[in-house]
Amino acid sequence: MTLTVIMLALLMAGALAWRTEKYWQGSAKWLALISLALLATVFAVFVMSHEIKPNDGFAHLQVLSRVDWIKTFNIQYSIAIDQLSIVLIALTWLLGIICVLVSWHEIQRHVGFYYFNLLLTIAGIIGVFVAVDMFLFFFFWEVMLLPMTAIIAIWGHEKRQFAALKFFIFTQVSSLLMLVAIIATGYFHLLQTGQLSFYYLDWLLLDIPLEISQYLMLGFFIAFAVKLPSVPVHSWLPDAHTQAPTAGSVLLAGVLLKTGAYGLIRFVIFLFPQASEQFAPIAATLAVVSIVYGAKMAFAQQDFKRLVAYSSISHMGFVMLALFAFNSNAYQGAIVTMVAHGLSSAALFAMAGMIYQRIHSRDLADMGGFWQSAPRMGGFALAFAGAAFGLPGLANFIGEFVSLVGVFQVMPEFAIIAAFGLIGSAIYGMVLFQSSFQGTPKRDIIDLQSRELIICGSLLLTLLAIGLYPTLLLKFSFGV
Amino acid sequence: MLLASLPFYPLVSFLLLIVFGKKLSWQLAAIISVSSMALTVLVSVILLFELSVSQNQVMTVNLWHWFDLTNQLATSEVNIRFYLDGLSAVMISVVTGVGFLIHLFAAIYMKADVNFSRFMAYMNLFIVAMLILVLADNLVLLYLGWEGVGLCSFLLIGFWYQEKSNVLAARKAFIVTRIGDTSMAIGLLLLFNTFGEFNIATVTTLAQQANNIAAGPSAEQANNIYWIALLLLGGAVGKSAQLPLQTWLPDAMAGPTPVSALIHAATMVTAGVYLIARMHGIFLLAPEVMNYVAWLGALTLLLAGVAALAQTDIKRVLAYSTMSQIGYMMLALGAGAWSAGVFHLMTHAFFKALLFLTAGAVIYALHHQQNLFKMGDLWKKLPFESSLFVVGLICLMALPGTSGFFSKEAIIAQLWSSNTAGPLLWWCAILGALLTSIYSCRLFFLAFLGTARFTKKTHSEKSTLLRSTLIVLALLSLFGGLIPLDLSLVFSALNERPLAQLDEPSWLHSIAIITPFIGILFSWFYFKHYRTAPIKGTEHDIQPSDSKLVVFCRQGLGFDALYNALLVKPYQWLAAVNKYDIFDQIIMLNAWYVSLWHEALLLVQNGSLRWYLAAFGLAIILLLGVSFL
Repeated sequence: MTLTVIMLALLMAGALAWRTEKYWQGSAKWLALISLALLATVFAVFVMSHEIKPNDGFAHLQVLSRVDWIKTFNIQYSIAIDQLSIVLIALTWLLGIICVLVSWHEIQRHVGFYYFNLLLTIAGIIGVFVAVDMFLFFFFWEVMLLPMTAIIAIWGHEKRQFAALKFFIFTQVSSLLMLVAIIATGYFHLLQTGQLSFYYLDWLLLDIPLEISQYLMLGFFIAFAVKLPSVPVHSWLPDAHTQAPTAGSVLLAGVLLKTGAYGLIRFVIFLFPQASEQFAPIAATLAVVSIVYGAKMAFAQQDFKRLVAYSSISHMGFVMLALFAFNSNAYQGAIVTMVAHGLSSAALFAMAGMIYQRIHSRDLADMGGFWQSAPRMGGFALAFAGAAFGLPGLANFIGEFVSLVGVFQVMPEFAIIAAFGLIGSAIYGMVLFQSSFQGTPKRDIIDLQSRELIICGSLLLTLLAIGLYPTLLLKFSFGV
Repeated sequence: MLLASLPFYPLVSFLLLIVFGKKLSWQLAAIISVSSMALTVLVSVILLFELSVSQNQVMTVNLWHWFDLTNQLATSEVNIRFYLDGLSAVMISVVTGVGFLIHLFAAIYMKADVNFSRFMAYMNLFIVAMLILVLADNLVLLYLGWEGVGLCSFLLIGFWYQEKSNVLAARKAFIVTRIGDTSMAIGLLLLFNTFGEFNIATVTTLAQQANNIAAGPSAEQANNIYWIALLLLGGAVGKSAQLPLQTWLPDAMAGPTPVSALIHAATMVTAGVYLIARMHGIFLLAPEVMNYVAWLGALTLLLAGVAALAQTDIKRVLAYSTMSQIGYMMLALGAGAWSAGVFHLMTHAFFKALLFLTAGAVIYALHHQQNLFKMGDLWKKLPFESSLFVVGLICLMALPGTSGFFSKEAIIAQLWSSNTAGPLLWWCAILGALLTSIYSCRLFFLAFLGTARFTKKTHSEKSTLLRSTLIVLALLSLFGGLIPLDLSLVFSALNERPLAQLDEPSWLHSIAIITPFIGILFSWFYFKHYRTAPIKGTEHDIQPSDSKLVVFCRQGLGFDALYNALLVKPYQWLAAVNKYDIFDQIIMLNAWYVSLWHEALLLVQNGSLRWYLAAFGLAIILLLGVSFL
């Protein structure tokens, strides 16, 4: 019940923010911030109170509510959470708050509507992480997509409409495949048990012959691979990330990509274990190609945000590789990488936004020597770049190292190629940091303000905490 | 408990300096950073004492649980846990002792720099990472320290980041060592796969056990161990600037001189040596790899010696000299002379730090002049610095009685009859010693004798504190050879197995001792024009030779050009050629195709009746035609 209320409250807060902004300027951002903080606390309390109960805990999926929605097709409104979704929802809250903070001064037009979209996206994302009725899942998948497209198309940079369209078409085409797979699996359930069902837990009991499950799995896989994204269907991401407003990029890189990884775990690997195992060599190949290709492409970029965007492709490749290793180390590594990448790429995009506000450019050629005038910013930029190239002590290292250990146990060749991503990431990390903060000072910029210090500081602290004490996160996600 | 606190003193200092930054006055920043180091030295002295009286000469302390990994059988914990034994004790004494002296020197030397507190902060952070590296009880934590020192090295090489060349040097250092690190990381993966453990002591025991069973290790295991050793060696050559990843070190001299002394001479670059010594349990089981280690060491030793002969920059001479001395250490490790290698690591830290710091003082006195050909006759102008430099050089040349003599002789003495080295490598070492003494003499003659080839007046820093640090280092360099170093407990009984029964000729030792003198004698005549005043009336201007061979040697024997052509350029080309992402272009073809049809159909829908009628008629004719056919 609580989760439903949280999602509805987000929607209402969004609508309220849209209205009140018309009467009191500047109220929308406060409203968004307060409602996010409040609802995050409610969520935390809810999870904690559930934890204490002896019988459950979230090692396995806990169904929270289940009511009929469309009776004819046996479609239900059913939501459930386990540790995986808790971790990802927690990440969503944190980045949601960061999103409001980075938009504080950046968004000047249609402010109320902007925060409505932002909160709606967040509600959609949370819905994706909790829905266990596949139809409901698909519904949330779309809910999350539309306002995101609006955010890119309305508040983005110079080529925003093109980027938004590209983003929309990529995800629509791929989710269409997923829809087909969903209906087909539901129909298969009808054939096997005599009843149509879109309920995830029912599906888990299905015994689908391999020839069929291969195709069903592929339908889901493609949708999630586009979202992840994996080479060769990654090319919406650099455009969308680059053109989106800062908060859009933060949310995209931080959480939206994770819905792809989440989908791979929950709906590809768990529903079709055999088919996925058979598919593993192909998926792993795509993953290592993403790792190496993403790193190489990142090096070629001149645009700060585009560089970070390609680096995301490289990092998410690690997640996919780890997931398809079917190994407990790799699985844990994948979860840590998901969270770590969410934080570090969000931080880098926030950094790009801060620089953009100061110099009105994302071009690395316009940057240089910022360290002189903005040493704090430089320090944070270095730390975040360090996280991106896997500096031990920060979360990303744990994620990548643990997943590589796991992958190596199963398919050493892939782990070795993936390890070359370490060199690639060092190269683009150096290029990113050195061409913006080192070199001859091109101009002076203002150092971080207190709001920005909070953004950077909280992200860095979380990265450090997970990097030095990953038990914090790992104790949550053992549930496999 | 004390052991656990060791890296935290410099860490606290680092945090203070970073948070308060430029708000701190010079005094305050200097006091914070140097006193934290003094505290670290104090604590390590106490620790060394405790260690010497402890029972099995090992101390461990667990800080916290880091993460778990599952192997085939069970779960293996990876902890933040420190392990102090004889080997790490040597390392922490060098790191804290030399580190403290260099901090003190730097506090005065860098006084005028506007970013003084940032500089000291990095130096402190470096010490933290280095201490973690040498104290780590498992390889993952060691890797944390390993990357940490790499980061600090990057930051300090690029400390004066406004200069493009410094930025590039920093980038090069980071990326080249990262290549080594990646090899090491893969080595770690394989190691975990083979032994299911990252704890160094456990891995060593497991490896020994595998070796001790009657049948010996299985073929697969032996093969794995071979690869593990080889991959770890990859990490070591990157960090220690050995062939084939040596190219970053000379460029790293772009950093401030105390950095070159601390990181690129005394401590960080010896991390590779430490790694191999630490993992000797693995290396002993892979004699082929030990042989490679020896050969890489020997080749680097010669290559760097030759390159040092052609340098014009005083710091680059010292950089190549560092490479070649580390080559000695590698040679020692490869030959199984573990203690000797570590001993040389220690004495080298003393005298190379001394050389670098004195060179720094000289450079400072000459208004940031680093070119040897713009020096000369400093013996008279800077007697204090010159005499200390001579001390450093005689240690480097290993003249009898100095610390360098003890350690280098210890290495050379074990080469001839070692299983994994042999007479040929012995000759390499001797040749290296000859080269060392020749380039040392050349450096000395050029800088300190001959005629003064500069016009500005020298201004030497007379601070007592600064001078006393140099004197302490000089004393350590001279008498550090007398420090008793007993590592027999660390390097277990395994390496005491009987060596090959090669008869050692009786002249071995005399040759080894005489070699440096031959070099000096040779230089005395060969570099005569460097050390003598010009005869009146003759044209006598010393210029660096620009013959092709000399320039080739000066540029490090062409490795830079080679890597540039083989790796850097292709990567850049690949990046440039595919800047617009071929996958994107393919996908966007769809969009192009759709909009092509859109355009074409728009043309058709032009609203003119004539056009529609004509199209209608044409279509009917076509249809009729088709049906008739």
